[in-house]
Amino acid sequence: MSGNGSFKPVVAGSALVAGAPSPTTPRKVARTGTHPNPSADAARAQFGDVVTRVDVVWGETTVVVDQSSVHDVIQWLHDDEGQRYDYLSDVTAVEYRDLERPLEVVWHLRSLPFRRFLRVKVAIPRGATLAVPSVWDVYKSADWLERECYDMFGIEFTGHPDLRRILMWEQYKEGYPLRKDFPLRGRFSRSEQLRQALAANPEARYSKDELTIAQALEDLPADMRRRLTSGERTGE
Amino acid sequence: MGLSPRPEPKLIQTTSEEPWVTTRLDAFINWGRKNSLWPMPFGTACCAIEFMATAASKYDLARFGMERQAFSPRQADLLICAGRVPFKLAPVLRRIWQQMPQPKWCISMGACASSGGMFDNYAVVQGIDTIIPVDVYVPGCPPRPEGLLYGIMMLQKKVEKERMADRSLRDEMEPDPESQLFIAPSEIDEVSEPFGNSVQQTRSGL
Repeated sequence: MSGNGSFKPVVAGSALVAGAPSPTTPRKVARTGTHPNPSADAARAQFGDVVTRVDVVWGETTVVVDQSSVHDVIQWLHDDEGQRYDYLSDVTAVEYRDLERPLEVVWHLRSLPFRRFLRVKVAIPRGATLAVPSVWDVYKSADWLERECYDMFGIEFTGHPDLRRILMWEQYKEGYPLRKDFPLRGRFSRSEQLRQALAANPEARYSKDELTIAQALEDLPADMRRRLTSGERTGE
Repeated sequence: MGLSPRPEPKLIQTTSEEPWVTTRLDAFINWGRKNSLWPMPFGTACCAIEFMATAASKYDLARFGMERQAFSPRQADLLICAGRVPFKLAPVLRRIWQQMPQPKWCISMGACASSGGMFDNYAVVQGIDTIIPVDVYVPGCPPRPEGLLYGIMMLQKKVEKERMADRSLRDEMEPDPESQLFIAPSEIDEVSEPFGNSVQQTRSGL
């Protein structure tokens, strides 16, 4: 295919922004002072005071929004024709050593049609309940990302369909490992950690029901469904 | 230190008391066993890559009768644990060991499997010998294929010297609190105090 001279790679977004120059990888980006992502201004125009701060560092734009309306902002960024952030690449959180600084929950959004990257942050003040709305209904990929964030930081994503631990085992009792008050070696002694780990029954957690795709079969395309039911390998 | 003396090895007979036929049979069986070990690689990390290099053509594990890699524990003699084992995997590793038929041996390959290595943290088992019995430890991070081959040859020497009369070799024992070998978990923690768990330890100073 690559040897064929007539082959032209399809560039995402090139058809959408008529007359725009072909985007290239930016070089020598200054640490501060570069233009923010146009989505930041658009979000400000749309939501007003909900957007509390816009930072641009190393050419990457961070939008800090209110805790209560983060779901609306992300929903709008996903749905709006001028934004089309169709890919959620990460959900994570940041806790600082400084006890005064709030804990932050971070969403990394990418717009493939417009080639834009936007970081959405929510600051949760110290002492407040660690709960933010889940964006699982907007991006299905948020499912495991939010579970990991819950596992490591203890942040509750309200509205998540199946919020339980994903990296540590479900009976893990020692807390949330990436929090600053979590000791590196865990809270329990080594022998107690080993005893609790060995007490687990592997088959109880990794059930066949969980691994099967039977429940999702109805959502698959017709040809894939046909091949799976006839026992043929899909080969991706 | 809380360490109790080892029990008298009453079960192990000296060679001179065994009849000539038994010792020759031992020698013959052990010769067969040591030259046809079927390894099961339990590869979890970079050591598994080095194990693949050992099994590939340049170092050629097949020279040691390890032609057949068993990816089922039920058809394996030798468990090679290559890589770190997190606590979540601990019950799985023990189950795999229990599924292997006797006689069976285990090589702990690399620093992480032998001692936890650099991962002295909340998630990683500090040496798989806290879960299953280990015959040979291969140091290295990861060990070179020559190191693993040397470990395998050490294991072959060990297999060579085993005797059927020694019943203790094949008996799988759960630690009995009444036995002399039993060490209470609290004593183990006490012994490992300077390097073991400390709830005070944290990098943030909190």
